[in-house]
Amino acid sequence: MTGLYEEIREEPAADVPVRRVSITVNGAKRTADVEPRLLLAHLLRQGFTLTGTHVGCDTTNCGACTVLLDGQPVKSCTMLAVQADGHEVTTVEGLAGPSELHPIQEGFSDEHGLQCGFCTPGMMLAAKALLETNPDPTEDEVRWALSGNLCRCTGYQNIVKSILWAARKLQSQAGT
Amino acid sequence: MYPSRFRYESPRSIDEAIALLQEGGGEAKVLAGGQSLVPLLKLRFAAPELLVDINDLPGLGYHTVDPDGTTRIGALCRHADLERSTVLPTRQPTMAAAAPLVADPMVRNRGTLVGSLCHADPQGDWASVVTALGGHVVAQGAGGRRSIPMAQFVTGPFQNALGYDEIAVEAVIPAPHGKPAGGYLKLERRVGDFATVAVAVAVERSHSVVTRAGIALTGVGGATINAVEAAQALVGHPLTARTIGDAADLAARAAQPRTDHRGSAEYKRQVVRTFVKRILTGVNEPTRKAA
Repeated sequence: MTGLYEEIREEPAADVPVRRVSITVNGAKRTADVEPRLLLAHLLRQGFTLTGTHVGCDTTNCGACTVLLDGQPVKSCTMLAVQADGHEVTTVEGLAGPSELHPIQEGFSDEHGLQCGFCTPGMMLAAKALLETNPDPTEDEVRWALSGNLCRCTGYQNIVKSILWAARKLQSQAGT
Repeated sequence: MYPSRFRYESPRSIDEAIALLQEGGGEAKVLAGGQSLVPLLKLRFAAPELLVDINDLPGLGYHTVDPDGTTRIGALCRHADLERSTVLPTRQPTMAAAAPLVADPMVRNRGTLVGSLCHADPQGDWASVVTALGGHVVAQGAGGRRSIPMAQFVTGPFQNALGYDEIAVEAVIPAPHGKPAGGYLKLERRVGDFATVAVAVAVERSHSVVTRAGIALTGVGGATINAVEAAQALVGHPLTARTIGDAADLAARAAQPRTDHRGSAEYKRQVVRTFVKRILTGVNEPTRKAA
């Protein structure tokens, strides 16, 4: 578990109790012994080296750290790792295999939905949760679903287009 | 950022949770949705010795309307559950209007209504809604359950009336006696920001005459403001341009806004007036959508 406490910059002392958590991350069962104060975002990034989950504001505003918890988008900087014990977490690394793109990722590529890319993982996971419950959203519905995810580059226009692109692609795939 | 060290327990029963709080002796905090508490822990505004996570307690995720019309919201009912509710739009329109305006979609997936009441943020949404609806909070401790009216539940900014070994298990909205109507409007600079101003209005009417009214204000005082006089001005009358105008003026007078980076005091007072008018006009003329 190298680096798990990188953010905290101190390994727990011998007398600090740790808890074993078992979390299904992107379909694979992962376990770790964590201090209860460790945040889910830190466990994912430093414990499991899934650095696609970004920590932006660290104050529950920006949504860069969004992951899916049992399919629902949540802010992983605002949840303790111990609270994910026994649950399923999907990060951006779980959207598609290493050599392929998920239609949402293709959409962001095709429609230029990112510039610096920092907010993109959170945007894509929020979009995934939306498209699973609402496969054919209106532009307003996309904007509503993304209202907790901040982007400082794009002005959102192309992000919305990317997600609508992905919705069409997913629907055409489902139709064939 | 990361919280300071604490002991963490996730009890499986409410009795076990209460026993842990007793053991904590005032140095314990209850963790439900965590959307206010976890940021406070990270900023180290809160540094409890013991965190009692109630997310594993069974049977607290409900929101139901009893046969007599009483609405009950369990301690683990998330904002998103209320946003997607099929019963609230007809049975508790003020709650239905507020749910989608709380924070942002991710926070709504975790945060709870009861937790929001306990957090007692003067800029919180649900305290105003529950105040306007005349609701109360059910607290459970070792000695059993007690009901605390919303007006007495919040004792100050970020302070509530719970004993250190009590858990708020449920929020209760009494059954309306007439046909319920109302709304919630919020002015915020962007999604997820604290409210510049928000207004909750709930009325019950029988044969077009208002039989009960509640108006409560968010973000324009040191705590949620229960605009009692403004609400009373509606009772016993049908909703007319005149009664609506009177209530709006009285609500604006009840506000205690401060000038800050979100706007001047006078501007916020004017927003209160406008929101009361807008909600009540929308109630009165449901065909003309309140915008």
